[in-house]
Amino acid sequence: MADNVKPRVRVPKSASAGETITIKTLISHTMESGQRKDKEGNLIPRSIINRFVVDFNGENVIDVTLEPAISTNPYFQFDATVPETGEFTFTWYDDDGSVYTESKSIDVA
Amino acid sequence: MELTRRKALALGSGALAAYGVGILPAVASLADDEIAKVTGGAEAAAGELTVTAPEIAENGNTVPIEISAPGAVMVAIFADGNPTPNVATFKFGPLNPTRMAATRIRLASTQNVIAIAQMEDGSFQRAQAEVKVTIGGCGG
Repeated sequence: MADNVKPRVRVPKSASAGETITIKTLISHTMESGQRKDKEGNLIPRSIINRFVVDFNGENVIDVTLEPAISTNPYFQFDATVPETGEFTFTWYDDDGSVYTESKSIDVA
Repeated sequence: MELTRRKALALGSGALAAYGVGILPAVASLADDEIAKVTGGAEAAAGELTVTAPEIAENGNTVPIEISAPGAVMVAIFADGNPTPNVATFKFGPLNPTRMAATRIRLASTQNVIAIAQMEDGSFQRAQAEVKVTIGGCGG
């Protein structure tokens, strides 16, 4: 189920050194829980994003393990400290082995 | 015994009550088992950890929750009435100052959302919030 997976990330364009910023992320994904059944009563196999990692210049910000109880189109909001100008990298790991990445740079004035 | 409509209804509600009483401890212990796996059986006390969730969620498919755990390195979320109680595990890195996170989760029915936080000194904290769910979020 790796079609139409589109990550969206909101990061401020600039910040002052050491400032705490709020990041919001959303990725379109069905997050099929493995509990639902189709019309014939067969179990629809589980297909979810199982891990989400955010780094800034190689240093970890947050590392989330996702279970089937996370809603469709997983949304996360969290805070990060920005010590210097750099780039946030966002990585989502799918059950099917796909990896989706997104990156956003931020300027420290 | 002749099964009339009235009797059937009475039986049904009786069964439902028995279900509610009988099944709840079993489900709760399922979540407790998962929590014990995280804590290793250590005592989890109340602390600065908080879980924010709506009191009533109309749609169990997407329930917004927020955790705030100052000084925590890891927070695990459980839903004690879901078929699998594990919801998510957040590990906070050095660049995360507030140790808070918000996401949206699925809840099968009215139940408790439980957060277990592992603090920097290795101790555990626990917080929970009850959410009343109108429409469950696990499909048929």
